[in-house]
Amino acid sequence: MSEILLSVRGLSTHFLTQGGVVRAVDDVSFDIRRGETFALLGESGCGKSMTSLSIMRLVPEPAGRIVAGEIHLDGQNLMDLPEAGMRRIRGNRIAMIFQEPMTSLNPVLTIGEQIAETVRQHRRLDGAAARGVVLDLLDAVGIPDPRQRYGEYPHQLSGGMKQRVMIAIALAGEPDLLIADEPTTALDVTIQAQVLALLGDLQKQTGMAVLLITHDLGVVAGMADSVAVMYAGQIIERAGKEAFFRDPRHPYSRKLFDSLPDVGKRGHQLAVIHGAVPSLAREFKGCRFAERCDEAWDLCHEQAPRWYDQEGGRQVRCHLLDPTLAARRPASHAAPRDGTGQAQPCREHGQAPLLEVENIKVHFPIRKGLLKRTVGHVYAVDGVNLSIARGRTVALVGESGCGKTTIGKAILQLIRPSAGSVRFEGDELTRLRGEALRRRRSDFQIIFQDPFSSMNPRMMIDEIIQEGMVALGIEKDAAARRSRVEELLDHVGLPREARHRYPHEFSGGQRQRICIARTLAVRPKLIVCDEPTSALDISVQAQILNLLKQLQNELGLSYLFITHNLSVVGYLADEVAVMYLGRVVEYGTVQEVLEQPRHPYTQALLSAIPVIDQTTRREVIRLEGDLPSPSSPPSGCHFHTRCPHAMPVCSQRYPQSTALSDTHRAHCFLYGDEE
Amino acid sequence: MLRDGVAYFSSLKPVLLWTDALVFMLVAVIAAFAVYARGKEYLRAPWRKVFASRGGMVAAVVIAVYAAVALLDSVHFREPLENKGAEGETFYTVEVISLLDLALGPLRDQVEKTYSAPFATHLYAKETVELPDGSSARIFPRLQYGGAHLEDPLRDKAGDILYRSLSGAGAGLLWWVVLSGVFVWGMARRAGEPFRATLRKVLSGETAIPWHAMLYTAGFFLVLTGMIASLAGYYHIFGTDKVGQDVLYQAIKSVRTALVIGTLTTLVMLPFALLFGLMAGYLRGWVDDLIQYLYTTLNSIPGILLIASAILMLQVYIDTHPDLFETDAARADMRLLFLCIILGVTSWTGLCRLLRGETMKMRAAEFVQAASAFGVRHSRIMSRHLLPNVMHIVLITVVLDFSGLVLAEAVLSYVGVGVDPSMNSWGNMINGARLEMARDPMVWWSLLAAFVFMFVLVLAANLFSDAVRDAFDPRTHSK
Repeated sequence: MSEILLSVRGLSTHFLTQGGVVRAVDDVSFDIRRGETFALLGESGCGKSMTSLSIMRLVPEPAGRIVAGEIHLDGQNLMDLPEAGMRRIRGNRIAMIFQEPMTSLNPVLTIGEQIAETVRQHRRLDGAAARGVVLDLLDAVGIPDPRQRYGEYPHQLSGGMKQRVMIAIALAGEPDLLIADEPTTALDVTIQAQVLALLGDLQKQTGMAVLLITHDLGVVAGMADSVAVMYAGQIIERAGKEAFFRDPRHPYSRKLFDSLPDVGKRGHQLAVIHGAVPSLAREFKGCRFAERCDEAWDLCHEQAPRWYDQEGGRQVRCHLLDPTLAARRPASHAAPRDGTGQAQPCREHGQAPLLEVENIKVHFPIRKGLLKRTVGHVYAVDGVNLSIARGRTVALVGESGCGKTTIGKAILQLIRPSAGSVRFEGDELTRLRGEALRRRRSDFQIIFQDPFSSMNPRMMIDEIIQEGMVALGIEKDAAARRSRVEELLDHVGLPREARHRYPHEFSGGQRQRICIARTLAVRPKLIVCDEPTSALDISVQAQILNLLKQLQNELGLSYLFITHNLSVVGYLADEVAVMYLGRVVEYGTVQEVLEQPRHPYTQALLSAIPVIDQTTRREVIRLEGDLPSPSSPPSGCHFHTRCPHAMPVCSQRYPQSTALSDTHRAHCFLYGDEE
Repeated sequence: MLRDGVAYFSSLKPVLLWTDALVFMLVAVIAAFAVYARGKEYLRAPWRKVFASRGGMVAAVVIAVYAAVALLDSVHFREPLENKGAEGETFYTVEVISLLDLALGPLRDQVEKTYSAPFATHLYAKETVELPDGSSARIFPRLQYGGAHLEDPLRDKAGDILYRSLSGAGAGLLWWVVLSGVFVWGMARRAGEPFRATLRKVLSGETAIPWHAMLYTAGFFLVLTGMIASLAGYYHIFGTDKVGQDVLYQAIKSVRTALVIGTLTTLVMLPFALLFGLMAGYLRGWVDDLIQYLYTTLNSIPGILLIASAILMLQVYIDTHPDLFETDAARADMRLLFLCIILGVTSWTGLCRLLRGETMKMRAAEFVQAASAFGVRHSRIMSRHLLPNVMHIVLITVVLDFSGLVLAEAVLSYVGVGVDPSMNSWGNMINGARLEMARDPMVWWSLLAAFVFMFVLVLAANLFSDAVRDAFDPRTHSK
């Protein structure tokens, strides 16, 4: 047996659409060795998922078609196999897990049956023997109490558990190659750490190879042996992991690293890649990245670069690496168009708090029965204190379901808090009703996570941006409103012609800019940013973060930044509040929380984030289990069920706030309880 | 002659029935919507898809023919009587007629004694006739109008029918060639192309809208109309009914009844469905509970019971207040309008439930929350954010419901709680056919005529609604 397990040569997959031929995968070649983890890295829409579907020969026909290329698995060309032969390969030799564990499982079959189905198919086992194998598999993927879980249905499991079941199904056929398509993107960081560790362990035990498809540089750094970077349907750089992370060669790879936000880049502008990923429906003449590349010159637009072999078997597709061509490059292009220029230092504003939130609670009643009696509550937010000064950014961090979005909405009075007070410039918002509240609404605004659903698809940009001004009576005069719209579009970096277009004509990043323009239209003092960049690609995320930072400097805005991405927090925030199950467990300045986390949950959260620089990697504190349900939170400290330092007292009462410094507070018995 | 025409029309007394007013209002609303939609790309795009679908556009031509008939039949007036009053004031006939009646003059006036089969020259029933020689015999007498021009029906009928239908078809074809020529010429002028180039494009189907299919359909109708026009003066194409009235005339007059029921009911239903559906889905709470109870209750009463009781009550009211209605037509019209209203009141629940569900899904959408964060009022959120985003559901439902309502009219009239018995409708024709089918020899042509007319309309409406659903349903969109 040769060392190469899978060899892809010149693979091209095209899609026929109304807009013409989309070259989703265009002349892609790579090799995967036995037992290695090969990462395919790229932004959304670059063709990485289509590459994996092509390998499985699962391209949705007849719209899509593999037009060229060979795929050799152990020397056998999969393209020559009939469909029946391919069915023996799928599951047996190559298995696949998908991004969305929620929709990959059949909701009406128990998970045991779903795994057993694959076992029966591939190992020709039946009855008790199959059941035994299934139980072993469930055990292998770390699902506690397999006998109990065998008869449960997918809806009874959490997201992380479902992904484990998916992995168990994939393993049932004892594949040589596992294709993992964004296996952890839909999961929280602590769960992501569990699943990635599981994949690593299983790989060691079974010796299978993994084709890992992801957009997350951190995941690649933690898992991969070799890396291929994909851009616009092509692979543009191939390298071993160490070499790649030490010294990315292609300008696109380098920019990707530069545009990642982190603490070290505070106060600086992030490097951005201009524009967006090009449409794959067009013909490319030169280098596909040329339009967005700072180092491109005439040649790049005219001639597509070939592969240039570098030391250590790495290959890069860029003219810069050809010494004869690079020498002919005009000198004026040497300087980047705009790089990591120093941003204006953040102006310090008066410390008078703009917003003060005290002991805010949001409880949603659970109603049951004919008369809709309240039988319990979901304690979405359960006593949170926050304060935001003018011109400052407070980040609210936590896993999904911890109530951070609910707080944002409760502050804006989009959801009425059940108890507590929200004071904005001294006014108690919870007591304002009707017209009085409407008048204040221009002061606090919100930017949503999903730029696709946050604008009415039936309204033009002009109307969308004017809506707030009209509703709040900011500009009474129509002409003044129009000129203000143009001013705002200039401000967020969009052309003025955008006014007369509809939201669907814009890309995700542009839409987020429009959303920002819309909130700015009413001249707010505070903006709640609810995961504004998590639906965007890395390169676009940097553009939006830069814009938010610039607006803060110019307009003195305050942000409540809700996110699960701690590197964004490090880059943008001044203070951080870490939330767990409806309560803030730790609060402090960015330096304090990110560098000296004290609460065990914060520590675990920080350690679970995949980091690029492997030398600074902390030891991962593996959290067991999932987030408990907010309708029946654990007694005492909510975290004690998963805490590695849990003490008897933790399950009895909730720890009071402990001041660790003037600005740093934590709720944990490890640091004493001041009452 | 022109002066005669003008004098005739100026002597008429226009009558505006309730349903006429509503029909024209509906036309105005559709026209206004078309003007409004021209400026909105998101509204135009799906309609373009409808216009590009061949089956849909052929169906649209068929529906347009029916609609034209119905509109002609919605301009009502009364003719003046010859003898004037004592002070010279004009009296008018009690009979209300429409433009369509004028166009169908011979069909309306040529009334036989009783049943006669299609294209018959003799009555369908034997009569005792006094012969010229004084004796009497039971024979099938000649019809007063049908085939009256033939000397020897047995010998001449086939040839005469063939000749007349061919000449009528020829005339129709000629009209079609002239009209489509003018149409293509107009298109060529707008596009600034030579006539031949446009003609070639239209004929080979290269235009964005399948004009060739539409022109062929229009041609089919023109040829058919030509044939009917040249035959109708001399024969009863679909025979005559019990009182000798032309069945073809009845079937054509029924078109308006069907279309009025199909469209006005929607007009009645829409405000309920839209308002209640959006309010229940958006406001939730006690409003939602109330509206839900309302439509669940309404839904659990058999619709036919509600309709029957309402119509019978109305009939009693009409009968006890004869002074309120000037003419019989006004009385029949009131019953038709009331039928539309009661059908609308009982049928809004389905759409309302759909809209409530869709609105509930959408109220959680971030753009609605963004609007609330701007302090946009509830009424405006419902009208600007929610309504345009549920419009596709409304449109699909309305078009799908149309054919169902046309059929419902037939069923209700058959049961006896439909339109007024004096009003022409396919349901009444079928109801009458109930007895005729039991007769020996059987009288089948009333039923056939009603069936053919209704079938063509319902089929066209269904094909058109398929095209509309394909274009508007977001699930069928490929991204």
